[in-house]
Amino acid sequence: MGYVIAGATLATGAEMTLGSEPAEAVIPTAPGPAEILDLNDLLTLAAAPTASLITVKIGTDGRASFALPRAEVGQGIITSSTMMIAEELDLPLDKIDVTLAKARPELMFNQLTGGSNTTISTYTPIRVAAALAKQQLLRAAAVVLGDTVDALVAKSGVITGPSGQISYGDLAVKASVTDTVRAEVTLKTRAQHTVIGTPQGRTDARDAVTGKKKFAMDLDVADALPTMVARPPTHNGAPVRLRNEAAVLDLPGVTHVAQVPTGIAVRAKTFGQCIDAIREMDIEWEGGELAGESDASILAKVKQAQLPMVVPKVPVLTQRVDAEFTFRFRSNSSLEPNCAIADVRAGSAEIWASLKSPVVAQEEIAGELGLPVSEVTVNVAQGGGSFGRKLFHDAALEGARISKAMGKPVRLMWHRVDEPRQGRLHPMATSRVRATHLLGEVLSFEQRHTSVQTDFGHGLGDIITNHAAKLPVGGNLSFAQTIFTLTQEVPYNFGAVTQLLNETDDRFNTGSMRNIYSPDVRTANELVVDELARKMRKDPVAFRRKFLRSSAAKAALDKVAAMGDWGRTLPDGVTQGVAIHKEYKGVTACLVELDTRPATVNRDVRNGVTGPRVTKAFFAVDAGLVINPTGLEAQMLGGVMDGIALALTSSCHFEDGHFLEASWDNYFYTRQWNVPPEITVEIMPSDAGQPGGAGEAGVAASFAAIACAYARATGKMPTEFPINHADELAFEPKPFTPSVVQSPTDGLDHTY
Amino acid sequence: MSSHTFVLNGEKVTVDVEPGVRILWVLRDVLGVTGPKYGCGINVCKACTSHINGKAFNPCSVPVSELSADDEITTIEGLADTVDTDLHPMQDAWIEHDVAQCGYCQPGQIMAAVALVNKVKAEGRAIAESDLDGIRNLCRCGTYPRIRQAIRTGEQHM
Ligand code: FES
Ligand code: FES
Repeated sequence: MGYVIAGATLATGAEMTLGSEPAEAVIPTAPGPAEILDLNDLLTLAAAPTASLITVKIGTDGRASFALPRAEVGQGIITSSTMMIAEELDLPLDKIDVTLAKARPELMFNQLTGGSNTTISTYTPIRVAAALAKQQLLRAAAVVLGDTVDALVAKSGVITGPSGQISYGDLAVKASVTDTVRAEVTLKTRAQHTVIGTPQGRTDARDAVTGKKKFAMDLDVADALPTMVARPPTHNGAPVRLRNEAAVLDLPGVTHVAQVPTGIAVRAKTFGQCIDAIREMDIEWEGGELAGESDASILAKVKQAQLPMVVPKVPVLTQRVDAEFTFRFRSNSSLEPNCAIADVRAGSAEIWASLKSPVVAQEEIAGELGLPVSEVTVNVAQGGGSFGRKLFHDAALEGARISKAMGKPVRLMWHRVDEPRQGRLHPMATSRVRATHLLGEVLSFEQRHTSVQTDFGHGLGDIITNHAAKLPVGGNLSFAQTIFTLTQEVPYNFGAVTQLLNETDDRFNTGSMRNIYSPDVRTANELVVDELARKMRKDPVAFRRKFLRSSAAKAALDKVAAMGDWGRTLPDGVTQGVAIHKEYKGVTACLVELDTRPATVNRDVRNGVTGPRVTKAFFAVDAGLVINPTGLEAQMLGGVMDGIALALTSSCHFEDGHFLEASWDNYFYTRQWNVPPEITVEIMPSDAGQPGGAGEAGVAASFAAIACAYARATGKMPTEFPINHADELAFEPKPFTPSVVQSPTDGLDHTY
Repeated sequence: MSSHTFVLNGEKVTVDVEPGVRILWVLRDVLGVTGPKYGCGINVCKACTSHINGKAFNPCSVPVSELSADDEITTIEGLADTVDTDLHPMQDAWIEHDVAQCGYCQPGQIMAAVALVNKVKAEGRAIAESDLDGIRNLCRCGTYPRIRQAIRTGEQHM
């Protein structure tokens, strides 16, 4: 089942093995592909052939170490991985060092962090490696102590037997082997777990609150001076030339300038001087393919690409609900902007960046630099958030180009302005839904999701091609359509169900944003579910209960209905909304109360967007076997904050070839004044033997529940998200040239 | 280039840098003090929040030339040294509530929280919901609910 690996001290490895669970199913809907084999099964299958390289090592100091081939971007996987090792190794959490593995091409797609798949795919192999290590330690201890293995007990890093005791550290060399061998081991049962399933604070909590935690821009790399790029005024424009290079090079602190495909880079002693230099640059730009385009022209193109409904043959008295929703562009930038350190030398290169797909980054950077992959070292740094952004390596590639052009190490960071304007966005999309019903039954439910193209260039696409033969989907579906089919599911018995994706327009920088399709798709679904309930004069919770297929979904729905006292009397202008979502081998449900009374909506916050406020949120999650309830709750809380932003406040406006947003006071992600004063997350009991995904699971149900509450408040389904996109702009757009804004100087007037 | 002297986390420092360079870059790029984070550079995200003479300020928006030799700057790295305990009560509260996700915003959040509690205490009152609603620090991971809880816990022990 695993390997004991040759070496001076003990090292053990394990292969990836994980099965997929079958699904269960008024007018039954045949299980969709997503229920038979979902994206997570696919990612897990893809990871299988190379996972023997997951290794746990024991040092002579008695500490265990493990290089996790995934990216930690805030989702808490270092903590949960540490817990899994602690569980099987019987070692305290603080004696286990989990770091992030460098890009290792031999790991192939076992080094992709995405689809909320980390815990699902690493749960077994990490535990096997740790359990094998303990087994080896016990065998070595038996030899040293002269006892049988059965008579020994391992606890807190010490093995005790009738004849004495010995520490893991003293056994590290003795337990090692000279030839790698295959070995069998039995894992603990769920009932034996004493670490897995218990609430644990993050292992890096102290570093995070003392400023010790290091992100890419905090790393000490010699001579990697601050570097920034002057970027084009239009989305995906390009530089033609810098007209005043000599004058820019003369500015204080500036050491180098270089033209790269994305703009004009400047390297200086401080980032402040990079900003000063960019503001002095006189650059000739090329507009690019999007010059002159706007939200309206892009939306028209999306609408043209909508696939037709195939209205099934239904009886004449059948009633119909038709709905169409538009989801606007949204920025997936984290608070840490795109950044990377790059040091490109004559025959080699080294990169430091937070990367969820470092192998793809390494290959592309090696190709760009004309170097063999083995000469490009890609170090995975801790990420300051991701939300889909770090699946790509835009800054790492750009940094490598700049470093090569300048012949110097560079510490490249994007300006905040660059993020919504040139960074990746969740694409604009429409969702059309048509449902038919008769005599209290839903006969058909059709959905046509149409989107500006999502970029899957980070490797997920290659996983799909490599495993296309294993997919239960026929025909010539594209990567995107395959992923759509594997992730989307209407969890209700709604008769004939069809859900199709079509994409158009590849001119934008796009990516997923804490999920690819589900938040939009499910919000469209749940609004129509509420509308069906209304037309059939059914209570929305009772209606959902009746048609839901999964008992776990019903349980989660019942839980939030009870927690939030569904149907309770509320003042005029305050409404409830409820929604469920099923994905990542789990179920979520959310109930919110939304205050749309003028006193709330019209609150005045300087440079902020107020509007309707979610005053209470109740969230239930069934994520299967839970490693760390504290971490799972944190992910759900974050997911609800995203749901609030998607429903009510945050979008990017595309006008005349550029995005207008350039600041956190333009792109209105949830802020404290939008946060529900009351929010409760309940983790549903589960007897599942395997964990489900968590990182993205919180968004869809909360977005949908808020949308449903808003529809109830206004008496009609909203047709566009966020609901404020068409309002008068809540900010004055910052200039497009120069591309960065100057920092203020009046900070001391605003102390408190 | 000119010379600037101030007190940083209890120690006198002198840096040679152009007078207009904002303090955030002096801290990060010149002195290697990386606790204060960059998230916008225009006094919006508050990721760089630190203290000057005990009050919260945003070093991305203050030129180094505004500092005089007796100005005391405290960054997250120096916060614990302002109290007698191992960590500042607000840092303990942050750990107790397991607030940090990615952690990028958290140095700024904690520095802002400490200043807010001090300000409210000076006004002779306790933290109200409206004080919490008024915090401008952005957290893209959405740790806001735990931040609210941690501030209330930290307030008890400050
Ligand atoms: S970096 Fe200073 S407020 Fe954003
Ligand atoms: S914890 Fe990630 S931005 Fe706040």
